[in-house]
Amino acid sequence: MGLRSYIITRILLTIPTLLLLLSMVFLVMRVLPGDPVALHFEKKATPEQMETMRRLLGLDKPLWTQYIDYLWGLVDFGYFLEHGYPNLGKSMQTYEEVGGQIFSAFPATLELAIYSMIIASVIGILLGVVSSKSYNSILDHLIRGFGTVTYAIPIFLLGMIFQLIFGVYLRWLPTGLRLNPAVDPPASITGLYTIDSLLEGNLFKFFESLKALLLPSLTLGIILSGMFIRMARTNMLETLRLDFVTAAKARGLKESTVTYGYALRNAFLPILTMMGLQFAILLGGAILTETTFSWPGLGRYIVDRINFRDYTAIQGAVVMFGLFVTLVSLVVDILYAYFDPRIRL
Amino acid sequence: MPLLKIGSLTVDYRTSRGTIRAVEDVSFSLEKGETLGLVGESGSGKSTLGLSVIRLVPYPGVIVKGHVKIDGKDIVRLPEHELRFIRGRKVAYIFQDPMTSLNPIKKISAHFAELIRTHEPNVKEAKALERAKTVLKDLGIRPERINDYPHQFSGGMRQRIMIGLATALNPDLVIADEPTTALDVIVQAKILDLLESLRNAYGMALILISHDLSIILERCDRVIILYAGHMFEHASSTELHRNPRHPYTQGLLQSIPNIELADQKLAAIPGSPPNMLNLPRGCRFWPRCSYVMKICRTKEPPLIDIGHNHFVRCFKYSRGRAKS
Repeated sequence: MGLRSYIITRILLTIPTLLLLLSMVFLVMRVLPGDPVALHFEKKATPEQMETMRRLLGLDKPLWTQYIDYLWGLVDFGYFLEHGYPNLGKSMQTYEEVGGQIFSAFPATLELAIYSMIIASVIGILLGVVSSKSYNSILDHLIRGFGTVTYAIPIFLLGMIFQLIFGVYLRWLPTGLRLNPAVDPPASITGLYTIDSLLEGNLFKFFESLKALLLPSLTLGIILSGMFIRMARTNMLETLRLDFVTAAKARGLKESTVTYGYALRNAFLPILTMMGLQFAILLGGAILTETTFSWPGLGRYIVDRINFRDYTAIQGAVVMFGLFVTLVSLVVDILYAYFDPRIRL
Repeated sequence: MPLLKIGSLTVDYRTSRGTIRAVEDVSFSLEKGETLGLVGESGSGKSTLGLSVIRLVPYPGVIVKGHVKIDGKDIVRLPEHELRFIRGRKVAYIFQDPMTSLNPIKKISAHFAELIRTHEPNVKEAKALERAKTVLKDLGIRPERINDYPHQFSGGMRQRIMIGLATALNPDLVIADEPTTALDVIVQAKILDLLESLRNAYGMALILISHDLSIILERCDRVIILYAGHMFEHASSTELHRNPRHPYTQGLLQSIPNIELADQKLAAIPGSPPNMLNLPRGCRFWPRCSYVMKICRTKEPPLIDIGHNHFVRCFKYSRGRAKS
């Protein structure tokens, strides 16, 4: 099977997965206690007003009609072409297009996810390799200790410590938001402020947005690095004692060639899988980090909407999340085949 | 000056359950072009001894005593960066399992190019590949297969590639650690023939490690019998074959099947090798030995020179002392 038909099959296979996911969220949201209309009016409306609102939102229709209507909206291709995002319905609280809301919240999440993944991978793989190379030494124990601590520490705690040190005492970095409110955001091309400001050629905006990104991505990156260190260390230890590593040393190859070209490149595959999954989870929104740093991303959007039982918004977010997971795992599989010649797609 | 000179080499594995002395007080030397066989059961220390020659004893192994001199240079005391010029260039090592000895994600070409260009940095990539192709051709592998990955070759072919990697730089010494154990019998003989022909062509010295005494006697000039880290017997192959002295060696020879005596019942040495964490007092072999004497249970026998370059570690041959 060629690469293209593999990718097409995998994408087609995501449809039943997403459908299943969607049906479950659709049902669970409606079974859970809490009524979007009552929460909207905070019990200040008359029963008639609430009934009107229900009708407007389509909540008076039988469940299966609502379900079909929702699915019908999803496959509305004309809507997709017009707006650039699928029709995920209107929010039950703000009556805005859910697709549009998610679309505008997503770049913030994506940017945070990319930077924290870079930080976590660099710290994790580097320390993991060093740790495995100095197996059972003091350095190894120190790194493992660091890994366990970062893995165990609550993310908001570390975030708040950073905010206190770098934001309140030292006043080096902002403690929240994507950009200093006094600065206009760069023209939206990719939606990622650091990239857009560079495309605009505006270094000032670039550094401003980088400054805002630093604390949240550092917090998230350090927390994630604990898991990466562990993973890199165990896989490296396993690979380092394989025959081909010893054989490479016996041929007199450079230490760095043996460590990186032989051991790490083989140990990297399982790490890659975990990185992919972690990245997909991050794309769904880093709820705690985004809340701690008032980061206007998907994570905060979901938390806000759940509080109001905003059915359509939650459904939309879940569909997006499912889409990310399947897309990222597809990319990981393709990368896997690229890194390991034994795997043919 | 001999090519390789090992003196009172002792290697320990410092495990969490205690120290295992895998190789104890081993001394021998090897001339240019000579072939030496190391024979022993699993755990006798033969691989540890072989890996000590290029100082690659795996963790937690440590060379605690002795020297390993290659061309007069003691590699036990050499800094790591100088060792690199000995490994692969002067001494090459062939491992037991060809299925796992090649990097699965690198092409054969990369294996050769890396090796050649590590040791001869002036050689261009294209030139290195040319040389690699010639090596493959000599091994009976089509040169265009250099662009394949290890998993696309059979076990026998992979071991030939390992031999090619070992001999590509024309080293003075090749150590082959059970190079055919993982292969079937027909391929075994071919691989050993290949090694022998390359050795004859380039005049390399060879240390062949095996648990199979018959292979060693057939292919090596000299033999060292190892048991629980000790040298038990050391003699030329013809001498050892004609005149085995140690009860252990005699047992090994008797357990080689003979094709002319099809109905013969094979002799076996009773018992099993000792637990290295809990060695018997005295001679390490006495619990399995049919000639055991009183002294064997209390004292460790020395390596005794019985003439004709024949050495045995057994009280049977220490004149006068055995009776004390």
